[in-house]
Amino acid sequence: MWTVVACLVPSLLFSVFLFGLRTLIITAVSVASCMAVEALTQKALGRKVTVSDGSAAVTGMLLAFVIPPGVHYLLPVLGAVMAIYIGKHLLGGIGYNIFNPALLARAFLVATFPVAMTSAWLPPLDHLAIFSYLGTTVDAVSTATPLAVLKNQGMAAFTEQFGALSNVYTNFFLGWRPGSIGETSGLLIVLGGLYLLYRGYITWHIPVSVLGSIALLTWLFGGEGLFHGDPLLAVLSGGALLGAFFMANDYVTCPTNRTSQLIYGCGIGALTVLIRLKGGYPEGICYAILLMNPVSPVLDNWFKPVRFAPPQGGAQ
Amino acid sequence: MAPLLTFPKGGVHPPEAKELTAALAIETMPVPDEVELILGQHIGAPCTPTVAVKEEVREGQVIGTVTKGLGVPLHAPVSGTVTAIGMSAHPLRVSAPSITIRTNREAAPVRYAATDWQKFSREELLKKVQEAGIIGIGGAGFPSHVKLSPPPNNPVDTLILNGAECEPYITADHRQMLEKSAEIVEGARIILKILGITSCHIGIENNKPDAIAAMSQAAAAASTPSARIAVRPLRVKYPQGSEKQLIQSITGRKVPGFALPSAVGVVVHNVSTARAIREAVVLGKPLYEKVMTLSGKGIARPANLLVKVGTRVSDIVEYLGGVTPQLAKIVMGGPMMGFAVSTLDIPVTKTTSSVLFLAEDEIDASPHSQCIRCGWCLDACPMGLEPKEIAIHVEAGRAEETGRFGVFECFECGCCAFVCPAKRPLVQFVRLAKMKAKR
Ligand code: SF4
Ligand code: SF4
Repeated sequence: MWTVVACLVPSLLFSVFLFGLRTLIITAVSVASCMAVEALTQKALGRKVTVSDGSAAVTGMLLAFVIPPGVHYLLPVLGAVMAIYIGKHLLGGIGYNIFNPALLARAFLVATFPVAMTSAWLPPLDHLAIFSYLGTTVDAVSTATPLAVLKNQGMAAFTEQFGALSNVYTNFFLGWRPGSIGETSGLLIVLGGLYLLYRGYITWHIPVSVLGSIALLTWLFGGEGLFHGDPLLAVLSGGALLGAFFMANDYVTCPTNRTSQLIYGCGIGALTVLIRLKGGYPEGICYAILLMNPVSPVLDNWFKPVRFAPPQGGAQ
Repeated sequence: MAPLLTFPKGGVHPPEAKELTAALAIETMPVPDEVELILGQHIGAPCTPTVAVKEEVREGQVIGTVTKGLGVPLHAPVSGTVTAIGMSAHPLRVSAPSITIRTNREAAPVRYAATDWQKFSREELLKKVQEAGIIGIGGAGFPSHVKLSPPPNNPVDTLILNGAECEPYITADHRQMLEKSAEIVEGARIILKILGITSCHIGIENNKPDAIAAMSQAAAAASTPSARIAVRPLRVKYPQGSEKQLIQSITGRKVPGFALPSAVGVVVHNVSTARAIREAVVLGKPLYEKVMTLSGKGIARPANLLVKVGTRVSDIVEYLGGVTPQLAKIVMGGPMMGFAVSTLDIPVTKTTSSVLFLAEDEIDASPHSQCIRCGWCLDACPMGLEPKEIAIHVEAGRAEETGRFGVFECFECGCCAFVCPAKRPLVQFVRLAKMKAKR
């Protein structure tokens, strides 16, 4: 699990570079409180304390990564209680929790602090001014995320704010844009994800099916008329990469069979596009994953591995 | 070179650790002072002793027979005096009935003369194999003459000799293929004659290029139109030597659950069994000696030894200079499928192919934790089972329900436990499940 943390660190450093030291503090608060809540919960429930396995730290990292950089420093503490105490230990327990704890916490925060969670975006800093934004409230500089602009104000406003499309692709891929703490740099997320793939911690099935279905469905339905959507933008924005490589892949909440994983990934992709295009939240992947989480065991029940050669004529 | 053959689903690559003994020639261990022969050496009913305490026996003499079932007789591995008919420690069954013989070093040595086996009929050959007490040396100890008389409704067209030796550490078959290639190939020709077929494949994992070369040469020299013997190099992948996986790799045929290989027209014998069959037929020598590998960092001198069946592991250890201080675990068989034992007072049986003396850094004793549902065991299982589900059901006290997961198709290869990042003892869970579940 600590390897996963290591894979997330480059993205974190980049966010410091982009939004200032504030993001580092938020992430630290989030990781520390997740680990503390895990230890306290396990103590209270009389179970073995397993904080050192790093899974609470991963949850803390991921939680910080999906909240906007401009929120209050104590918001992640609340998120940690939600993620670890409720999401992980009460809703199933280690290895059996139904929902991805970090995403559950994010959904909870969006519902309870809708303003902070949907508007505390910060525009990227110039000139490495990493000590900016250190005050506790920074709503004065809030901006909007690209997908929100595109959804609410249309393409014209989008290009006006973020420049011509070709620039947008590069900027988004490199991470030069507003967004949640850890989602901005597609490049670093993909690199982290590829490392996990290379080391065999994850397989290709979920990332490929999630991203593939998002791209395909956005291309089909995301524009004016069929086949006019922008698949590249869809994949590069709205946390799709972070979700596909680091969230949807969570061992505990995703199916274990590879075939089920493909279907699960496509389900996430389809729901993401549906929420983005028709629903209220431009960043739909969080809910898409949460909605697919409880389907995992069902999928695993339907799709069994191919048995070598079962006995002929049924069980003998 | 033709592409290496293998099976498509599952499998793992444990560290091979064969370098400890791969280059060591087979060495004959001096006859121990005493041997202990377990009466139930093979699957099926154990033998009944045909000798009494204090009786003098001669090397090769029958000392136990089976009256019912599949069995084969048991022979005295040494000349000497029967000192006890009692119980011995047994690697799996804790203790088992046995015959103890004290060696008489003055006795005249027994010699065997070669005869031309071609003159024997199929029935005579089969009878010789049975009378020599031959059972599957590499595996579970299935009586060989039974395998060699497949049911008439399942015509057999292919013989496979198993020289994969996919378990780490073990090099006993490797050395025999290298040093006794011609004898193994002659064994193959005898088996072909008994089965009345002409085609034999010898499967050898590609990590033994010297054995592949030696066996190919021997096979080419002995092949005739009525006995076409060819070596098939296999990809190095555990459990390549498992019967079903081997058959699939070489012939593409899948043996269904609970069925024997003859259901798909194949008979598989281990290379060392083929050699034993040759000795039985050509020399008239019963099976009472075997080549085994003693290896691991926990033994002073790793070796490939020719020992008498019934030799106690403690005597072997003494002969090899004792154990080293690093010794942490003793395993009968390979590290993947073998069983840990807690005493050295265990006699070697016809199916013991190795005893490993493993040091701390050769075993993984880290504690196991909950399943994290990574799905690696599903990928690793060559039988396409769901080890994690079986384990979770057993843990939850619902072992009876695991029949639907195909627990009985599991042959306990250990691939699942090998890959599990939570170090779950999945094979033990499956064994528990098999005890409780109904077929
Ligand atoms: S379930 Fe059985 S057959 Fe499958 S990998 Fe595990 S031990 Fe091998
Ligand atoms: S390999 Fe181990 S941890 Fe992974 S799914 Fe199987 S049993 Fe669970």
